[in-house]
Amino acid sequence: MTTDAFPALSLVPKADAPQSAKDFKSDQEVRWCPGCGDYAILSTVQSFLPDLGLKRENIVFVSGIGCSSRFPYYLDTFGLHSIHGRAPAIATGLATSRPDLSVWVITGDGDALSIGGNHLIHALRRNVNLKILLFNNRIYGLTKGQYSPTSERGKITKSSPQGSLDYSFNPVSLALGAEATFVARTIDSDRKHLTEVLTAAAGHEGAALVEIYQNCNIFNDNAWEPLKDSDTSDDLMMRLVHGEPIRFGKNQEKGVVRKSDGHLEVVEVAKVGLDNIISHDAHAKDPGLAFALSRLSNPRTLENTPIGVFRDITRSSYDRLMREQIAEVTADQGAGDLQTLLLGKDTWAVS
Amino acid sequence: MSKQVVQLSRVVIRFAGDSGDGMQLAGDRFTSETAGMGNDLSTLPDFPAEIRAPAGTLPGVSAFQLHFADHDIMTPGDSPNVLVAMNPAALKANLNDVPRGADIIVNTDEFTKRNLVKVGYETNPIEDGSLEPFKVHPIALTSMTVEALKDFDISKKEAERAKNMFALGLLCWLYHRPTEGTVDFLTAKFGKKPEIMKANLRAFEAGWSYGETTEEFSIQYEISPAPMKAGTYRNMSGNLALSYGLIAASKLSGLTLFLGSYPITPASDILHELSRHKRFGVMTFQAEDEIAGVGAAIGASYGGALGVTTTSGPGVALKSEAIGLAVSLELPLLVVDVQRGGPSTGLPTKTEQSDLLQAMFGRNGEAPVPIVAPQSPSDCFYAAIEAARIAITYRTPVFLLSDGYLANGSEPWCVPDVSALAKIEPNFATELNHEAADGTMEFWPYLRDPETLARPWAVPGTAGLEHRIGGIEKADGAGTISYDADNHDKMVRLRQAKVDAVARSIPELVVDDPAGDARVLILGWGSTYGPIGAACRLVRGEGKSVAQVHLRHVNPLPSNLGTILKKYDCVILPEMNLGQLSMLLRAKYLVDIIGYNQVRGMPFKSDELAAVINDVLESM
Ligand SMILES: Cc1ncc(C[n+]2csc(CCOP(=O)(O)OP(=O)(O)O)c2C)c(N)n1
Ligand code: SF4
Ligand SMILES: [Mg+2]
Repeated sequence: MTTDAFPALSLVPKADAPQSAKDFKSDQEVRWCPGCGDYAILSTVQSFLPDLGLKRENIVFVSGIGCSSRFPYYLDTFGLHSIHGRAPAIATGLATSRPDLSVWVITGDGDALSIGGNHLIHALRRNVNLKILLFNNRIYGLTKGQYSPTSERGKITKSSPQGSLDYSFNPVSLALGAEATFVARTIDSDRKHLTEVLTAAAGHEGAALVEIYQNCNIFNDNAWEPLKDSDTSDDLMMRLVHGEPIRFGKNQEKGVVRKSDGHLEVVEVAKVGLDNIISHDAHAKDPGLAFALSRLSNPRTLENTPIGVFRDITRSSYDRLMREQIAEVTADQGAGDLQTLLLGKDTWAVS
Repeated sequence: MSKQVVQLSRVVIRFAGDSGDGMQLAGDRFTSETAGMGNDLSTLPDFPAEIRAPAGTLPGVSAFQLHFADHDIMTPGDSPNVLVAMNPAALKANLNDVPRGADIIVNTDEFTKRNLVKVGYETNPIEDGSLEPFKVHPIALTSMTVEALKDFDISKKEAERAKNMFALGLLCWLYHRPTEGTVDFLTAKFGKKPEIMKANLRAFEAGWSYGETTEEFSIQYEISPAPMKAGTYRNMSGNLALSYGLIAASKLSGLTLFLGSYPITPASDILHELSRHKRFGVMTFQAEDEIAGVGAAIGASYGGALGVTTTSGPGVALKSEAIGLAVSLELPLLVVDVQRGGPSTGLPTKTEQSDLLQAMFGRNGEAPVPIVAPQSPSDCFYAAIEAARIAITYRTPVFLLSDGYLANGSEPWCVPDVSALAKIEPNFATELNHEAADGTMEFWPYLRDPETLARPWAVPGTAGLEHRIGGIEKADGAGTISYDADNHDKMVRLRQAKVDAVARSIPELVVDDPAGDARVLILGWGSTYGPIGAACRLVRGEGKSVAQVHLRHVNPLPSNLGTILKKYDCVILPEMNLGQLSMLLRAKYLVDIIGYNQVRGMPFKSDELAAVINDVLESM
């Protein structure tokens, strides 16, 4: 695959020679806990980046604070490890002023959804050219295990010994509500699916939010295990594929229908007939279907959890709009001349 | 009827009315005509935080003061020689500032029972003798305007609204101001509403003719042009000058100007202004909050732009953590703080110098940041360029501490020749810079320039210089994560030493002491330059000696300041805060300082400061 496969990356210079995962490994020792889901994501990203065929120096990873946010140190690209929650804001300045860069944001569920919630929604609504990878382990890892905005209600942690009281966020629903043009979900351990989703995100012009279910084996072990265990995963998880009927189950026996009241429901395909199963349309202008799909899952049991690309629509990115506006004004008024500007229209001479 | 013409050397006029009466506009226009006449001038708009407080009330009063003269002046004037009071509230709110014998033009139409009661006048001050110490000119401004416009196809309300132009016309006549500029201005402003345009022009002319024919005014005044150095001049306000300074810094450095900002009074006009200059390639980003504003500016700087964020005190509070990040990343960043009254929301439209210690210390950890403070509205232009020079050369965030007085005040500005402005060299890193143990070359993002202690600025897109940096402590040189105690101690000291090194690049202070025998020094920083200078003139005019020195660089301080402070028996430091710079100077130089501190939301008056100096002189 070359950059030609990614029209959205046409402004980013291409590598002169094929790259390998090794080219993207930095010399820094990786310091996550052994067994942490972040290792799997790192390794997949390192193997995936060569597919983009971009010059390494034109790739930037920006992160906030958290275990996940250490990610940029381990990639041999440009990297900026910033402050808690602010990576989308910082990356907005970078991506807006540098269309020749491929800018990625690495963030956690606390980083993106608690302290940085405001920046996340605004980066999404503006369609800033950022690929945001949200590592959701449903816990604050780096601060040693407090509940997070994605923790299930009633979660027992150090800061919630009797169980947390908060209702949780569904990051996909949140992103769709924030006008995101690309929203997807995937899983740390599913290398193939993760790669597919990252590829789709990279090819998207503008903001892409990818929620990655990630295991924190120290403070919230097995949070996503039912979706990974081959005994249970097929029953719980639906894989969204654009244009295909939404079916799942060990024998594809379950499917999604739209009820007469407009709501979606998971039913047995045999009972309603395949024709009544709706097909996934990630390109639909209206985010309604994507949103409804995001609401199907049960945050506690993980039943009916869709993964894949919920939404992928075309809309001009923020940096493109800004460049176009500057170009338009400049074409209209001519390039600025500093001396003329300083003189203005109302001067007088003293001799 | 030809009237007597009297020459004056200087005049202070204050236009005061309801927020909806168009006083700022009338003031602006008068200023423009006055600038065109070649007078030196200085202005002070003073408006309420509310957009339209209830009509006719004291909180709704908006005023504009203009000082103009046939010689160079330094302040908008202590007290008005002429007050234009468009209603009882405007009279009441401003009367305290008007000296005996001054002219007061009142709009009698608004002195109705109802309006008088609204502001607590039991009797009509125009009639009850309470204005006897003044030369009162009771004029039915509103009804005369309506009468003049009776043939126009506009509503009574619209006709009444033109009364500010009537008043302006009268004042222009009274002070021999030209009218062409205002005619052009109104023609352009109301181009899309021809009837309103004609009505405003008519009201303006009517005001002028009224002056010529009425017996109310028997004298017309003339103020000759002030001698100024040769050049092309324009009138310049602080926020405009600051905006132009940022564009100039972008041109001089060849860096794209990227502004990340969130609206806040009195800084918003910089965001507005820069948004108009896209043809200079300026990128303006109205962020979701102050944190995102500075964040985006840091991101842009990381990518090789000139990242700027503009705000006022409350916004700085929100940006603190990110400014600390920029200190740690050692990236250029301009933080413009147009100070206003605090704490909290405080006095949004009033001026204060109370963010100095916030700028100095308002971050976690040892996080030194250079501070530049413009000293007059037009100096905001040069101060912005200077702040950018320091930021780019030393790879550091820099505070530019303006304030509400500078932001909205204006003065004539001799427009510089841009080819004479010094270039700023970004010196991006392009090469590997360190030899590893095995003899291969590598890139060390924290290997410093021995003179400036600045680190290399290697922007994304530079082949071979890929590196990772962040807010975690970095190993000296290599820039990799380091939790080592000795290294941290060293890095903290290096960051401080780098900021201290800026002092080597700033000019030494020059004390102004014309007599050469002063024993008292008056020191200031930022916007107090004008009032302090004017106060010194008053004192020297009485044959006494006082020395003046003023700081544009507040951090680091100019290297000869300590020597200067120790030369005088007494040092006075007026500040619009409770003594923030005094505290710093006492701590650093172990000298006593007599602070003079007022936080009244208004700049110092020169006679007030002259009295302070005189008190000190007498006590010696
Ligand atoms: C301003 C600020 N507040 C608090 C912290 C402490 N802190 C660091 S990481 C973190 C939570 C991280 O959780 P998450 O984003 O889910 O990342 P994870 O460690 O789970 O990958 C917190 C509260 C901080 N670094 N900065
Ligand atoms: S605490 Fe959890 S998230 Fe953090 S490194 Fe360890 S396993 Fe990974
Ligand atoms: Mg987490």
